[in-house]
Amino acid sequence: MSTNKYSVQIKDLDLAFGAVKVLNSLDLDIGEGEFLVLLGSSGCGKSTLLNCIAGLLEPTDGEIWIKGDNVTWKEPSERGIGMVFQSYALYPQMTVEGNMSFGLKNARVPPDEIKKRVARAASVLQIEPLLQRKPGALSGGQRQRVAIGRALVRDVDVFLFDEPLSNLDAKLRADLRVEIKRLHEQLKNTMIYVTHDQVEAMTLADRIAIMKSGNIMQLSTPHEIYNRPVNKYVADFIGSPSMNFIDGHFEKGTFKAGSVVLPMVGYEYGAPQVADRPATIGIRPEHVATGALVAAAPVKFDVMVDLVEPMGSDTLVWVKLGDKPFRVRMDGQARVHHGDQLTIGIDPSKASLFDAKTEVRL
Amino acid sequence: MADTSVNTSRSPRGPKPKRIFSGANILLYGILVLVSLYYLLPLWVMIMTSLKTMPEIRIGNVFAPPVEITFQPWIQAWSQHCTGLVCKGLSPGFWNSVQILVPSVILSIVIASINGYALVNWRFKGSEVFFVILMIGAFIPYQIMLYPMVIMLRELGVYGSLTGLVIVHTIFGMPILTLLFRNYFSSVPEELFKAARVDGAGFWGIYFRIMLPMSLPIFVVAIILQVTGIWNDFLFGVVFISKAENYPMTVQLNNIVNSVQGIKEYNVNMAATLLTGLVPLVVYFLSGKLFVRGIAAGAVKG
Repeated sequence: MSTNKYSVQIKDLDLAFGAVKVLNSLDLDIGEGEFLVLLGSSGCGKSTLLNCIAGLLEPTDGEIWIKGDNVTWKEPSERGIGMVFQSYALYPQMTVEGNMSFGLKNARVPPDEIKKRVARAASVLQIEPLLQRKPGALSGGQRQRVAIGRALVRDVDVFLFDEPLSNLDAKLRADLRVEIKRLHEQLKNTMIYVTHDQVEAMTLADRIAIMKSGNIMQLSTPHEIYNRPVNKYVADFIGSPSMNFIDGHFEKGTFKAGSVVLPMVGYEYGAPQVADRPATIGIRPEHVATGALVAAAPVKFDVMVDLVEPMGSDTLVWVKLGDKPFRVRMDGQARVHHGDQLTIGIDPSKASLFDAKTEVRL
Repeated sequence: MADTSVNTSRSPRGPKPKRIFSGANILLYGILVLVSLYYLLPLWVMIMTSLKTMPEIRIGNVFAPPVEITFQPWIQAWSQHCTGLVCKGLSPGFWNSVQILVPSVILSIVIASINGYALVNWRFKGSEVFFVILMIGAFIPYQIMLYPMVIMLRELGVYGSLTGLVIVHTIFGMPILTLLFRNYFSSVPEELFKAARVDGAGFWGIYFRIMLPMSLPIFVVAIILQVTGIWNDFLFGVVFISKAENYPMTVQLNNIVNSVQGIKEYNVNMAATLLTGLVPLVVYFLSGKLFVRGIAAGAVKG
């Protein structure tokens, strides 16, 4: 494959602060126009990786290529990137217009051209009435829009977002999330987006890279990550409410944990031959059939309701399955109470089976 | 009137009514008034004495206002009083002090602010060590460095001149000012600095266009700190100036007040002291709240 097919390439990237390895010989290819989300809990190295791509941190080893150029030793401004920060990072003493044109002035773009580009970005982001205001007079959502505009005017190849929505309240976050998605569809630029919020990751990404302690655990489409997590960590991280795990044994195509016996009918194994071994099965609460749907499920269990958490659209029901707490997602209109008897159905083809020791998907 | 009676009789609601003449208030304000009187009294005596004639001073009532107001002591202190053979009063000292003050303040603040900015945002190899060394400098008593400094200035050929004293003030102001600016700049969000780098601004671009406009308050604090500090300096003025015509105002004041020859002209002494204190006094009054911050910052210095 030619290098030009990729917008951003990370080759064997290492970063260590003293003895602490933050990035561990990382490889990552990001396609032209792709929306890639780096997802992980705090301290996993996702922001560090983004800062390396931006040129704000120097890697200990490895290469970074942007648009077929080795930019490893280049200044941030020479890399063709624009960056949006969590705290917006707007220059408080400048107007919105000043903020947006600062980079262009540094690049000695002629004033007419600056005016044109600022006007265009402002109209895309619908911040034209705010151009003469200072950041202090803007709301959080408006500030973040200006911050996006600052990256937009520079006509960059790659947009870098460092948790851009984390400082906003829930409603604004949802609104701006949609706007960022729309912006990507409109501009078709490569975007790399760091977040710890799985909803943002699932909704925005073409592909998600799930990171843990400086390594990429899985790099796939949101669909693939949700349905076929490569290991227990990814399975646990993605999905809300999170996946149920039951420790047991895998024997001759059947998962057994005490009274829980699941023949893995229709399960797609990662390898043609899977030997018997201690294993953990993961079942998403939303993949558990209840009510009329139970009849179609291959495996059924009778359980007792322990606790009910109504959430409006859904009801999360805690039951005991083989003496272990087990979450089941039911319809929001379901009327169940503590002590009720319930029949649940499980489809093994939607479950995930992991090796008990290595936690890798079988 | 009707309102207050309603206020006290109704059930508790809204702000709690406060008594102005409570015991605690009387005690508090009483002490405050007493303490301010105690501190204002010397100033009162100085001003009154400076406006009296010598015969009136000899009567002995230091607190009494002058019967006959005279400004002659002020004129004499400023431009006529003799120290040795020179009879020019304090005015040459004032101009010397100005010539020392202005470049010292500008130079020390410019250098220290760049130091602080570099130490926070452009960490270089050994920057921590550099900072520690600078801080040790802040805790070594000045007296230890006086003689080595004299030798250094002599080798540079500026000993005894105003330039030499400017260099001394710039160097001795460096530790505390650098600390002041470093602490201020480290409170500026790092992402702002990163954004500016992505926007293509370099070391000086970020300093002048991003950091400077954001840090006006700390510059004012630094100016206050340095103006009062350098104006009030006596030790360096005595040590590093060798010619009487170059003495700063404080040293000249000392020569007037502490002269052992002739009669003590108390009114002239008082006027001279007030004149010398005028610059810091004006700074105090103009800067108000910021001055307190300057003192708080200076408290580290001890």
